[in-house]
Amino acid sequence: MRGGWLVRIIGIRILTAIPLVLLVSFIIFALESFVPGNPAETILGQNATPQNVAALDHQLGLNRSFLVGFWTWLTGVVHGNLGTSILSGESVSSLLDGRLGVTLSLVICSVLVSAVVGVGLGLLSAYRGGWLGTALDVVSLAGLALPTFLVGTVLVVLLAVRAKVFPATGYVTLAQSPVAWFEHLVLPVCSLSLLGVASVAKQARDSILEALEADYIAMLRGNGMSEREILAKHVLRNAAMPVITVLGLVAIGTLGGTVFIESVFVLPGLGSLATQSTVDHDLPVILGVGLYFTVLVVCINLLVDIGYGLLNPRVKTR
Amino acid sequence: MSVINAPLVGGASASAQAAEAAASRGIIRTILRSPRGVCAVAFLLLVIIACALAAVIAPSGPIVQDLSAVNRGPSSHHLLGTDALGRDLLSRLLYGGRSSLVGVAEAVLALLVISVPLGVVAGYTGGAVDRVITRTADLVMSIPVIIILLAVLAMFGRSMSTAMVALGVLGAAGVTRVVRSAALAVREEAFIAAAEVMGQARRDIIFRHILPQCRGVIVVQTSLFAAIALGVQTGLTYLSLGPAPPAPTWGGMVGDAVTAFYTSPWQIVPPGAAIALTVVAFGVLGDVVRDAIADTHSAGASGRPPHRARRPAPAAAPAEALVHVEGMSVAFGSGADETTVVQGVTFTVGAGEAVGIVGESGSGKTVTVKALAGLLPRTAAVTAGSISFAGTELSAGGRRAYRRVRGHGIAIVTQEPMRALDPTFRVGKLLADLVRAVDRCSRGSARTRALELLGRVQILDPEDVAQRYPHQISGGMAQRVAIAMALAGRPKLLIADEPTTALDVTVQAEILDLLRGLQRETGMALVLVSHDLGVVAEICSRVCVMYAGEIVEVAHTEELFAQPFHPYTRALLNASPGGRSDTTALEVLPGGVPSPRGWPIGCHFADRCAFAVETCMAAPVPLRPVFDADRQARCVRAEELAAPVEAAT
Repeated sequence: MRGGWLVRIIGIRILTAIPLVLLVSFIIFALESFVPGNPAETILGQNATPQNVAALDHQLGLNRSFLVGFWTWLTGVVHGNLGTSILSGESVSSLLDGRLGVTLSLVICSVLVSAVVGVGLGLLSAYRGGWLGTALDVVSLAGLALPTFLVGTVLVVLLAVRAKVFPATGYVTLAQSPVAWFEHLVLPVCSLSLLGVASVAKQARDSILEALEADYIAMLRGNGMSEREILAKHVLRNAAMPVITVLGLVAIGTLGGTVFIESVFVLPGLGSLATQSTVDHDLPVILGVGLYFTVLVVCINLLVDIGYGLLNPRVKTR
Repeated sequence: MSVINAPLVGGASASAQAAEAAASRGIIRTILRSPRGVCAVAFLLLVIIACALAAVIAPSGPIVQDLSAVNRGPSSHHLLGTDALGRDLLSRLLYGGRSSLVGVAEAVLALLVISVPLGVVAGYTGGAVDRVITRTADLVMSIPVIIILLAVLAMFGRSMSTAMVALGVLGAAGVTRVVRSAALAVREEAFIAAAEVMGQARRDIIFRHILPQCRGVIVVQTSLFAAIALGVQTGLTYLSLGPAPPAPTWGGMVGDAVTAFYTSPWQIVPPGAAIALTVVAFGVLGDVVRDAIADTHSAGASGRPPHRARRPAPAAAPAEALVHVEGMSVAFGSGADETTVVQGVTFTVGAGEAVGIVGESGSGKTVTVKALAGLLPRTAAVTAGSISFAGTELSAGGRRAYRRVRGHGIAIVTQEPMRALDPTFRVGKLLADLVRAVDRCSRGSARTRALELLGRVQILDPEDVAQRYPHQISGGMAQRVAIAMALAGRPKLLIADEPTTALDVTVQAEILDLLRGLQRETGMALVLVSHDLGVVAEICSRVCVMYAGEIVEVAHTEELFAQPFHPYTRALLNASPGGRSDTTALEVLPGGVPSPRGWPIGCHFADRCAFAVETCMAAPVPLRPVFDADRQARCVRAEELAAPVEAAT
């Protein structure tokens, strides 16, 4: 059965997603029970009235046992109900759905930039070598050295505040105005993808060089295939497998990076919502963002698996 | 910091050998020997000491305001200037560094406490324990770390310590996996088995053998993680999720600087530089140890190709020769690292002739044929001599000259059949693509010809094999497919590099039969490389014997077997089970093939030769005709040594 492997991969990923979602939400719930004193009081801070505390107790299920609370939340999740925000009283799922687009735009664009620019640079430096290889090392050191929020901050002050080339903050949806959407995403995506570009370029260079030295490439070259065809059909395809793995890690890292970058650029996405909810002690919202992020990680891993499977016949024909 | 799991990237590949190399050298010495390492360590020590002594050396308290001196640049009074509230930036930097460094220390400690024991136990114990630990680690690695940290900060009243410990715990998953694979590799080492046999307690083995060997990997992972932890710590304080203002934090200072950017752009420099430099220092530290580890394993594999020598005008090749290699040398590396591995090789192959090249591993036989086929690795080049094929000079013509002869002229079958086929292509497609490349025909006829070629190499069900991927066929089958690929262009010369070495004995015979049959049918010339004189004797009419980068003897096969002239050939014949049977015991040569850097000035074989005299060592020995123009040997005593054996038989 030709498509059998795809079903198998998706099945495995969904099966691992369940314990993962349970684990993440369990950790967040368990943290609650470690909080010294009355969690609701701690969460609400010093100015809390007893009524507020009692209300929060009820809402969080704190007056029930921790496991019952967890169970109630899980049952809610299965029915699509993630509870309501402590702060605004809004439904958590509608709050999150409204912001998902921003975070997805950021992550997808950053991963695309990392993939295209990274592979391009890797290819160039594998074939040209020399100064480009050195430059790549410097860029990747910078990518690791400069935390995303710092890169973002520097870009804002230089290109938005000082030079006014791009808008410093805010967001416009793709549907409202594609041009404005693009302009608002340029700087955040640049900051988010710096490390991704560097990681992908390094991996791409290494695996292209490795593929170029492989016996099967020598066989094709030695028996008359042109360099261009070897590169296009054989080198890139074999080098792509480790690159895809790195790209998956980059995508997961980018997802985490949105928490910082959305705050720097004041983008109304899941990350900035998580930061705000942390300041507000809005636990149901944090829990919801945790759930969404976990599902996104599972989706990324699934895409990596599928990409890997398409390239590697060992996955397809086991 | 955006890639929380970054220690995983490339970490596992360093693995155990890594640890071993670093541990054996002493990690501290490794770091201190590299200038980058010294700079990184010195900088980190400076930062740590300065921050620890903040109370002593800071010009003022971290929250002391001087509203008469706000937003100042650097001056003698305020070395790094002041912020919007007139607070001394240097003082805030020193005090703020404390919380950052303490946070990193907490995260690293949590990381080590969890990952080292779990990783070592999983790798050393194996079995169910290993499976449980690895599966759990895999699961934890998929957790969105940052959200958990935010949840911790929300519930523990902005306790940065709790958040950093949580970061360490979650980061431990990836490091556990890396330590595990290091420990697993050490466990496979012979000395561990020896210790177990000797009855050493498992705890002793872990503490005396496994842990020290994993040290390198642990240091690499820890410093890379520290870099990430600092990024996360400063990022969280930038979001004001850490200690509440006015407490000084590096991240918070970046935030303040952004607010004050219009009036005083300078302010972003001190905290920005502090963060970037400290993260770089941690990263460099990890890189230095990792590079030191990697170097011991890939020495000689890197570097630039040597400069190609200006070639002499090619000597007119003998008219009947298809291949004429004259005085060819090949070197790896460049400059001071340039190492010649093949030196002054001269041989010819006539049209339709089968010539064997024989020698031990390290003799340069594979490099010789790779150079002939123009397939030297990037780091190697032909540095002297010429290679001509059917009257065309190839070595001077470069790539273009080779492009014209490949496929139709020269074809090659590389050493390992299982590595000779692109694993991502179906066999039939791979072969058809190559047919199209050399024949420029339609897809349909390429496919037909591919199947025909598979039949040609005696594959019984070409249609079926064509549908398979390389991992679905046996080694012998793969070798047949590789030979079919080489036949695609109907070559005049086929180079087969150790075509039978990787195969079972029965399959070896089949492949040799196939090669012999194909050579007869097609009339192509064959250059067969082997370490086994018996294999060469089955097919080849002439043999070149190589030793330490040089051809030491050339002869017709029967003559070589009957009467070897070079002492090395003689030893080779005696050592070969399929060789001469007139010796009572299998002679084993003392010593080994000298490495290319240790070649003597005189005869390369002299050190191991029972017949060596002083003249052998004095000067390079040329390859010269002995008795007959067709027989050549690189030995000063060839005639003399040949005589007694001849008399005896």
